[in-house]
Amino acid sequence: MTDVSTGSEKVPIGHRTVTHRLARWVDDRLGTARFARTALNKVFPDHWSFLLGELALYSFVILLLTGTYLTFFFDASQNLVTYQGSYGPLRGVEMTDAYRSALDISFDVRAGLVMRQIHHWAALLFVASMVVHLGRVFFTGGFRRPREINWIIGITMLILGIFNGFAGYSLLDDQLSGTGLRIAYSITLSIPLAGTWLASLLFGGEFPGPDIISRLYVIHILLIPAVIAVLLSAHLALVVRHKHTQFPGPGRTDENVVGERAFPTYAAKALGVFFLTASFLALLGGVVEINPIWIYGPFEPANVSAASQPDWYMGWLDGALRIFPNWEIRAFGFEVPNPFFPAVLMAGITFGLLYAWPFLEARVTGDRVEHHLADRPRQRPVRTALGVAALGFFVVMFLGGAADIIATTFGLSVNAVLWTFRFAAIAVPPVVGYVTYQLCVELSRRDGLPTRSRVEFGQITERLRRGSP
Amino acid sequence: MTAPHDASAPRPGDANEGIDADRSERIVAGAFGLAVLAAVGLGVTYWRGGQTQIEGILLAVAFGSIGVGIVVWAKAFMPDDEVTEERKSVASEEEDVAAFAADFEAGTTGLKRRRLLTSLAGAAFATLGGALLFPIRSLGPKPGRDLKVTPYAGDPKRLVTENGAPIRPDDLPVDGVLTVWPEGHTDAADAPTLLIRTRPSQELRLQGEKVGWVVGDVIAYSKLCTHVGCPVGLYQAEEGLLLCPCHQSTFDVLDGARPVFGPAARPLPQLPLDLDDEGFLIATGDFEAPVGPGFWDRGR
Repeated sequence: MTDVSTGSEKVPIGHRTVTHRLARWVDDRLGTARFARTALNKVFPDHWSFLLGELALYSFVILLLTGTYLTFFFDASQNLVTYQGSYGPLRGVEMTDAYRSALDISFDVRAGLVMRQIHHWAALLFVASMVVHLGRVFFTGGFRRPREINWIIGITMLILGIFNGFAGYSLLDDQLSGTGLRIAYSITLSIPLAGTWLASLLFGGEFPGPDIISRLYVIHILLIPAVIAVLLSAHLALVVRHKHTQFPGPGRTDENVVGERAFPTYAAKALGVFFLTASFLALLGGVVEINPIWIYGPFEPANVSAASQPDWYMGWLDGALRIFPNWEIRAFGFEVPNPFFPAVLMAGITFGLLYAWPFLEARVTGDRVEHHLADRPRQRPVRTALGVAALGFFVVMFLGGAADIIATTFGLSVNAVLWTFRFAAIAVPPVVGYVTYQLCVELSRRDGLPTRSRVEFGQITERLRRGSP
Repeated sequence: MTAPHDASAPRPGDANEGIDADRSERIVAGAFGLAVLAAVGLGVTYWRGGQTQIEGILLAVAFGSIGVGIVVWAKAFMPDDEVTEERKSVASEEEDVAAFAADFEAGTTGLKRRRLLTSLAGAAFATLGGALLFPIRSLGPKPGRDLKVTPYAGDPKRLVTENGAPIRPDDLPVDGVLTVWPEGHTDAADAPTLLIRTRPSQELRLQGEKVGWVVGDVIAYSKLCTHVGCPVGLYQAEEGLLLCPCHQSTFDVLDGARPVFGPAARPLPQLPLDLDDEGFLIATGDFEAPVGPGFWDRGR
């Protein structure tokens, strides 16, 4: 194996350039030529939607880079100090070191604010691209055997990403993040039996507790990023092991993978996309203000500002907290407080269903064979309809999180807006689900696929395998 | 192994097709050149004291043109032939599974009390795991009465403002709202109290002993929402309604702060008010109920 080039003239390694000599040096010690060649020739099918997971990966890299820089200046301490920095309106105000150092990063550390804002925008993009990537995998059936484990890893990273985003913006100890922490404390408190203990252990006592910022800091910068990094590696390793799914097309079957070689074109494009992602985030971080903590002021437990909205990925939970009726269960002096249902229970059901979905679907359809051809969403009307119905529900929840903004913007009564969302939460999922189902059936009919209202899963797969579009 | 798939024949949509090589080279060169300029500009900006917007834009230009340069390079000058790789079923062949099972079980011969040993090993790991959970207990104090009492408990205490100033009922204008604390505890997170002076025309509908917890038209409730503990901040004096800005729970101040809308399920606990000898407002005891969000044994 002295030939690592494919297609071009044979070049004996070890003579020509520094690169060749280096490659020879490495190979003499690691014997990597065969493995490296396999890696270079790895085939990746091309489709724009396969880029979404990559975006999440690149956002994560940018989060690590900018985040590391921020740790050099951030002081995760709840010690009280008097602000003496260069932001005039807050000078002389008593605040925690956490908030003080966040202000310093924003005003007194050169390049601090741009790093902080890139970090925040990257976090938003990180979770967003994971969610859209999840949608792509869901609607194309990419979670089916043999990829169930990778689905589970992916859901876990999404949960960790959401939690770490929340932990991150909670560190700064401004009025908005303190309000968010207070809500998180109350949600923890609402868990039956264990809630009071969990809240006390997490916060180190009754809210606000002496330890929450420093604990969240360790969780935010060490624990969760490390777990995500490990899971991410496993996620990518499994993509290599399984080889990427591909959409049906001429010459594409369940027994092959058609696309570009990993090297050089695919790798170069991927590298290019990384830089373009970095560029996009740098632009946002530079010119689009995000989380202007100096406007919110330091956290005071007795204060709150109207229109307190969390980062977007917490919006569905905040909306659910607003929309859910004021039910509580009380018996024998014990109670299940209201936030338990919309926050703990709904999040539990959401992620529980996501984890279980590959197995639920396999059980219902009886389809337990390997799949490497991606479905087009229309070819699975039931799955697509259920997925869109769920999305509809979460969109209602998300908008519910802005009920007060909607009410003030359009001059409506908050009560009317909230009642509308309560009805919408029940009405929207079945309606959009039904419409989606009909659309899928109609689109499949136009494609010449079976048109009966009940579409058998096996039937479609068979036709697709033979390469119809 | 990989095999070229139709590699020789150009296909419509091939990236290389119809690309002017000269032009592409110029674009790549221009992009990398621009990146150099932007990077230099970035250095100069930083050196001259930094400016967030310019830093962001220059970073974006530098990253962006490197990205564009690489992508154009890849599209114009790198092979884009479509290849087909065979895919075998992921599961192992049966003989491999059998061989593995044989190897795996090879060491277990001669074991007589296998069941006993494995259960004991399991028990060892389980008890050790359980024992290692104990240090978690060190993370926080036992949640006891802390959640149920506030600094108002015990002897009567004066109500004071944020600055520690005591308050007379007349300090508060009609429709006025003031956040107060028990004297000496203005930093207590569970003690913020809303002092509200209702209109003489507004009739308070209070139950039992709470009728006497009012001084004139001044009434006091815990400021912490019974939903998730946000400070209830907005007073609509006309209707006597308190609105929580977080999740829009609404409480009727005239009716014992009963929740009339939104997710809150319990009234804001009322504070027993009185006057001391000097005419300042005091609390004669703690709130009628634990303040803030609910929890499992709140009623015990």
